[in-house]
Amino acid sequence: MTKELLTPQKSIPKTERKRPFSQTNLRWPTISIHSLVVVVIVVGVLLPFVPLLIWSFAHRWLFPAVLPTEWSLRAWTYVFSPSSKVFLAFWRSFVVATAVTLISIPIGIMAGRALGLYRFRGRTLVLFLILAPTIVPVLAVAMGIHVVFIRYGLADTLLGVILVHLVPVTPYMVLIMSSAFANYDTDFEDQARSLGAKPSQVFRHVTLPTIWPSVMIGSLFAFIISWSQYLLTLLIGGGQVITLPVLLFSFANSGDNAITAALSLVFIAPAILILLLTARYLSGKDAAFGSFGRL
Amino acid sequence: MRNVLPWLPCHLATLQPFPMKNRLKIPLLLAPALTVILLFFVGGLVLAVMQSLGYMPIIGRHEVSLDAYRAIFSREDFYRSLALTTWIGLVSTAVSTILAIISALALRRAVRGRRITTFIFQFNLPIPHVVGAIGILFLFSQSGFLARLGHMGGIIREPADFPALVFDPYAIGITLEYVWKSTVFIGVILLAVLLSLGDSYEDVARNLGANRWQRFRFVVLPFLMPGIMSASILVFAFTFGAFEVPLLLGQRYPSALPVLAYRSYTDVDLNARPEAMAMSVIIAAVIGVLVFVYMQLSRRFLRED
Repeated sequence: MTKELLTPQKSIPKTERKRPFSQTNLRWPTISIHSLVVVVIVVGVLLPFVPLLIWSFAHRWLFPAVLPTEWSLRAWTYVFSPSSKVFLAFWRSFVVATAVTLISIPIGIMAGRALGLYRFRGRTLVLFLILAPTIVPVLAVAMGIHVVFIRYGLADTLLGVILVHLVPVTPYMVLIMSSAFANYDTDFEDQARSLGAKPSQVFRHVTLPTIWPSVMIGSLFAFIISWSQYLLTLLIGGGQVITLPVLLFSFANSGDNAITAALSLVFIAPAILILLLTARYLSGKDAAFGSFGRL
Repeated sequence: MRNVLPWLPCHLATLQPFPMKNRLKIPLLLAPALTVILLFFVGGLVLAVMQSLGYMPIIGRHEVSLDAYRAIFSREDFYRSLALTTWIGLVSTAVSTILAIISALALRRAVRGRRITTFIFQFNLPIPHVVGAIGILFLFSQSGFLARLGHMGGIIREPADFPALVFDPYAIGITLEYVWKSTVFIGVILLAVLLSLGDSYEDVARNLGANRWQRFRFVVLPFLMPGIMSASILVFAFTFGAFEVPLLLGQRYPSALPVLAYRSYTDVDLNARPEAMAMSVIIAAVIGVLVFVYMQLSRRFLRED
């Protein structure tokens, strides 16, 4: 410890090295507090996953035992067997989330272009409207719209669930696309046009390649927002459209901890995949980040 | 709307003026998004208000009344649920904001392995609350993982010795889940602010003789303030209106307000529906008023800067 104390560290700026010893001496306890906090953070974030992982392999795990007394792959075999409800629910969730994503892409690109590029009257109002679903809870919305969905035969159907998932997804898609267009230079489009490109060619060869990274990020987030919806699916799907979170809830209430745990891990797999893909590009200032607040 | 949310597109200065040659362009571009929002979101809210007033032309009810509101304001369980939900929202927001500030400050200074620790810190961001709640249940229930560790360590003898942290009257389990998720959410926002801030301001303050606390209070905190305010308002709005976590980890009575509203909605008695609507309208209204007040306040503070 003393050796480290006397050798200046790379990360400490020059001005600090010149400080009197009594002051540099004070840095040590603070650095160890930092590391302590970091350790607590890491443990705290990962701790709830520990019993989930263990339970998914547990066969017999009664109270005082810290680890299961009998292990088994029963839960995992059930989750992955093609005849179980899980397979269908997974597929249904996938279809809904993919459809929602594909519908929201053009919506997001169009509105993002208007909001990201142009100054116009009522822009603040439009932003306000589009952002409102990110703050107001969906409960009132879902209950209110339910009666209309029943009237038009959309309740209890896959289409109805897809439509209602657009409410939480659209704001983030628009936000992500408008921040893409905020750094967009329309001169390239003008050049393509002056070279004789048709509007569709301009979009295909100039606009789309430029905004492509944002389209990808937006799609991943749209997918995961739809993937995680429970209340909207439950109310509008009326218990008929059994997506993965709906199934997960019924297992959680049934008390079969092993299957609940395995199903939870299957359910979060796409989310973790998306985090692995986007973590490098993501910061707390990004438009996409806001969606995490509501998962 | 500047700074109300850190990721708002607020680059007004660089925006192009309205394209006069093509007046219809902007309305057309906005049409699909606004259709979704107006039809489903605004439409849903308006219909919820209408139905809370008993106006349901689809099932042949045309009279408007405040009966549902009167009914819930005379129900004791409504007040208990409202108090519980407010308590959950306030405690979760306060605790996670404080923990987030500490975490962000610590992660900024973590010299070794910051990339990996920051990655682990972010790990629960995309995890849905449902799964977090199940994890908390397995961890903190009276026969859960921590109780077993306590038994191994000789602290407790039987499950009943472990404090009731889930399905408990103080909603500790629910709060724990929200703190678990929201600390990271706020923390990552603050970390981004801190990293873009750099050390120079604090170095100046240090050279002027500011101590550790003064550097935090008068240099770092003012920079963090907009992020803290906007992120914590988002967390409060979410925890006040969310349904999944109290459904999994909450006591049956009193339940959180959104759970009470949902139970009334799915009640076999169809007369309970206007009351369910009224409760969910109240939840939305509380959050609406809160955000409005916050936006007014933040606008005023920004002018003072």
